[in-house]
Amino acid sequence: MSVPHHQLEQVARELRFRTVRTSHLSGTPHLGSCLSCLDLLVYLYWNVLKIDPKNARDPGRDRFILSKGHAAPVLFQTLAERGFFSVQDLEEYGTDGSVFGEHPPAPKYLPGIEAATGSLGHGLPMGLGMALAARIQGANYRTYVILSDGECNEGSVWEAALMAAAQKVNSLTVFVDYNKWQATGRSNEVLGLAPLSAKWDAFGWFVHEVDGHDFAAVETAVNAMDEFGRPKVIIANTVKGKGVSFMEDDNNWHYRIPSADEVRKAAIELHIPTNLIRLDGLAPRTHE
Amino acid sequence: MRNAFADEVTQLAAQDARIVLLSGDIGNRLFDRLRAQSPSQFINCGVAEANMMGVAAGMALSGLRPITYTITPFTTTRCLEQIRVDVAYHEAPVIIVGTGSGLSYASLGPTHHSLEDFAILRAIPNMRILAPWDAPSLRDVLKQSLRDTTPTYIRIGKKGEKDILPGSDVAALGRLTQLVKGEKVAIVAVGTVASEAVRAAEELKRVGIAATVSLAHTVKPLPEADLHGLFQTHQLIVTVEEHSLAAGFGESCVSCMQRGGFASTVLPLGVSDMFLSKAGSQQYARRQTGIDSVAIVEAVRGFFANAS
Repeated sequence: MSVPHHQLEQVARELRFRTVRTSHLSGTPHLGSCLSCLDLLVYLYWNVLKIDPKNARDPGRDRFILSKGHAAPVLFQTLAERGFFSVQDLEEYGTDGSVFGEHPPAPKYLPGIEAATGSLGHGLPMGLGMALAARIQGANYRTYVILSDGECNEGSVWEAALMAAAQKVNSLTVFVDYNKWQATGRSNEVLGLAPLSAKWDAFGWFVHEVDGHDFAAVETAVNAMDEFGRPKVIIANTVKGKGVSFMEDDNNWHYRIPSADEVRKAAIELHIPTNLIRLDGLAPRTHE
Repeated sequence: MRNAFADEVTQLAAQDARIVLLSGDIGNRLFDRLRAQSPSQFINCGVAEANMMGVAAGMALSGLRPITYTITPFTTTRCLEQIRVDVAYHEAPVIIVGTGSGLSYASLGPTHHSLEDFAILRAIPNMRILAPWDAPSLRDVLKQSLRDTTPTYIRIGKKGEKDILPGSDVAALGRLTQLVKGEKVAIVAVGTVASEAVRAAEELKRVGIAATVSLAHTVKPLPEADLHGLFQTHQLIVTVEEHSLAAGFGESCVSCMQRGGFASTVLPLGVSDMFLSKAGSQQYARRQTGIDSVAIVEAVRGFFANAS
């Protein structure tokens, strides 16, 4: 059953706000990277993935790996909203002893996590292994991986791309969150990433290039069937910091932490009711 | 050893559908029987070891028992971060097999030597590190490794290693296998260099020194209880490894002795801090690096000459 896109937009606005608020309270960075892939996670977790939060380790579940692990705050918000743990649990994000750090922990520590990522270039090979395991075992689950564009600097991404094509692993779908930035510069300038779609095409993948914030476009790409049985890559053109005007396409928000005033401004832009802002009386934690 | 490995994997794969052999594009024809028997249980991952290790971890987290196989440096240091994060941190039941380890491929030069794998992998939590000495012990430790889900690294030789003892006599993981019982001096050898220890003990016997010979296939977890037994009953323990002295098996035995408060002497033999750049056979390389039977005999005789 598919959730209407206007409802997904509402969910996305709320998760955007919670992610901004958590960044402020916990002092954790990568907000721009979180907001650029958020719509992809919402679309996958509400309308694509066959998963059951009550049976998180079901062997037949679809696998999802957030290979750009530095966007973990968005993954945690998504998993909480989908019921893998409670939204209240996330209030402890970043505190001493919490399971919720700046990157996803190993699966045994948190329901809903398939792989501990954060070191870039690991998620696609692991996802490929999961997809190959499905084939070997005759299981029909699908595997989804979100990469960042900066992550495509890593050689292991392209090693996996070559092998997935050779093995014709058509149960594997990769999204590249193509926000055109990496930590310290434009992803097309730091290394020669463009033309990105042509590269994946040359590597033997079924390539779609879409607006990564347009649920209808993402849906069309996800549903497209390939007659050649190739693995699928969806190059999602995204905006770093999407949804908060003063963060959009400003790479300072790779590391910057929003002030309380900035969180309130973001809340207004995202149509968040005042009673959900909940900053009064809470002191942001400082991290060195 | 590599032929025994291929044969054993083929047999095990026939009994256990979860086993998948991942090769880094080596072993031409070595796995033909496995491929014919069960094509889906063998995948050539190409010359892309970082990906191969990640794929293995993904498979292991999905219910399979993958075994990665290529020349030792390429399945250890080349893809170290994938071992550390994907395999060890995830506690993924991957078995990593490094062939041609130590100085087996001496003539191929330092790119193909592995003299630091114990040291590096020892420092990674959750890892088990094994080094069988001959074909029967390799078959045995492979079977033992599949009985639990501990991420495991097995370092093996190449071909032509002489069998030292039957597989049925091989100790459990984490124990030493005592081959000869002597007195005063014990030689503890790790992996294929055990053959040098056997030869050294025969030499020593000829000059009136009865040496205990113990074979170690488990570098981590260290066989502490059996080592304590040797420390209690022997004045000198010589360790031999085809590996750097730095953070190798010998150094871990020294610290084991010190932690236990024993008063015996542990003398580690291993490769000093160097790349062996001269070509030659494995035997030549062992001589050059001071880990052959001659070096063991000299170490033992030197100790007792100085002690008397």
